[in-house]
Amino acid sequence: MIENRPMTTFVSHTVLILGVALIVFPIWVMVVAASHDALRLTQVPLPLLPGNQFWVNLKLLFSGQGFSAPIHLTLLNSLAMALMISVGKIVISIISAFAIVYFKFRFRMFFFWMIFLTLMLPVEVRILPTYEVIANFGMLDTYAGLSIPLIASATATFMFRQTFMTISDELMEASRIDGASPMRFFFDVVIPMSRTNIAALFVILFIFGWNQYLWPLLVTTDPDMYTVVMSIKQMLESGESEPMWHLIMMTALVAMLPPILVVIFMQKIFVKGLTDSEK
Amino acid sequence: MHKRVHYNTSYLPYLLVAPQIIITLLFFIWPAVQALYQSFLLEDAFGLYTEFVWFDNFTELYDSENYLNSFIRTAFFSISVAALSMGFALFFAALADRVIKGSHTYRTLLIIPYAVAPVLAGTLWLFLFNPTLGIIPYFLDMVSIDWNHKLNSSQAMSLVIIAAAWKQVSYNFLFFVAAMHSIPKSLIEAAAIDGAGPLHRFRTIIFPLISPTTFFLLVVNIIYAFFDTFGIIHAITGGGPGNSTEILVYKVFNDGFVGLDLGGSAAQSVILMFIVIVLTVVQFKYVERKVEY
Repeated sequence: MIENRPMTTFVSHTVLILGVALIVFPIWVMVVAASHDALRLTQVPLPLLPGNQFWVNLKLLFSGQGFSAPIHLTLLNSLAMALMISVGKIVISIISAFAIVYFKFRFRMFFFWMIFLTLMLPVEVRILPTYEVIANFGMLDTYAGLSIPLIASATATFMFRQTFMTISDELMEASRIDGASPMRFFFDVVIPMSRTNIAALFVILFIFGWNQYLWPLLVTTDPDMYTVVMSIKQMLESGESEPMWHLIMMTALVAMLPPILVVIFMQKIFVKGLTDSEK
Repeated sequence: MHKRVHYNTSYLPYLLVAPQIIITLLFFIWPAVQALYQSFLLEDAFGLYTEFVWFDNFTELYDSENYLNSFIRTAFFSISVAALSMGFALFFAALADRVIKGSHTYRTLLIIPYAVAPVLAGTLWLFLFNPTLGIIPYFLDMVSIDWNHKLNSSQAMSLVIIAAAWKQVSYNFLFFVAAMHSIPKSLIEAAAIDGAGPLHRFRTIIFPLISPTTFFLLVVNIIYAFFDTFGIIHAITGGGPGNSTEILVYKVFNDGFVGLDLGGSAAQSVILMFIVIVLTVVQFKYVERKVEY
């Protein structure tokens, strides 16, 4: 702190607490709603304090009755999709960055710009034709169809390229004199030296993958392939009656818990990775 | 860009870039070319009849009041989201920069919305603002505001803006905090010794020094509002009431997958692509400049 102004510090804290409360409020209301029964959630005003039905609702959700897709299956699908996207992106980006930085070969810059181009083609602007490609390959309703079209990554390739540029040239020369092959150098030097970046990227990409919505919505028609994030929308639309808010809120809670936990527990690495890499 | 020394193996580098390049070609370049091609075609919904119509799809969009409205709506939406979210984040970051105790706790709580999927964020705000049940309409009723975003289009727009801004606050907050952190402490101390109060210091030192970050965030926020808010709108309003919350990305989806107007949807995709290219170039131009600092 620069100077001692107890009053200003006090006001700062008060305003911060109010602000944080405002940001967390929707999450709080969700947790509260997930702990009440269906009847209580039809009475105005809705509760602001937790009830005692939390475990009952959780059990009800996992019993899977009355759902088009059981939640343990949708959770598993989400996990598979998120892991395939994050691991896939990291693997193909790290090897292509390695090639671009450490090798001299024809069309190197051409490939580089081609990868750069993907930055300008988010899935939202090419949904219909990409859907057609997936359909032609028979990849609808498969994990491959869910993840592979999202795997190419200019950002990750750039980030790895940046990291590799900071690894000193002497290391490569030394390993070459010692007779190590390029791949040996890659596995024994480059990967260990990029550990922190890989971890940070993994956190960001896992959240990105887990939270995908539009793409899974298009390529899955089989309820067994639904992801947990998508299943919320189906619950909101179910039938003519008022939606079953206690179960919807419980599902929302279960669906957002994995990425929230990842962000909170890997906070330090996540924050560093985000603010360093996305520029 | 490139190492001083490198390997000269003949086939290995091609093998290494192959997966990325194949995926890029199949799922990025090819579909983009297809979209470009389809935007010049007139097709019926069953694909039985196709005609090459040059720029007809584009002129049709240009003449369509509906599309132009969607454009204005998207501009309004993204500027509101960026302003609301960045304003909030900047305010909190400035406060968090001041306090030492508890700043870690504040940060932990403020980054939670980042991890929430857009469609789930939409669901939460839909529940809060549910016209018959929601807590906030209940309180609004006390000050005789009648809340019904299912009928009132400006209320619907406000709600999607709030939900979209809420989700983005975390990201902006983290970047503002990092930017303020990188300002040399000696500058602030010197100003404090000269008698400048916290507000004065913020206005004359901190805010100008973080302006590159502010500009970067502005571009990122606009890209976010354009492309990543589909889930929020899909959950809360579905583009309605009327078309009052149908932003451009939503319209591509609606016209293509629901309305089956393939040529029109492709033409819209091409326009969106053009917008992303402009935004990305702006973003990178700025990064280049920043490297020189």
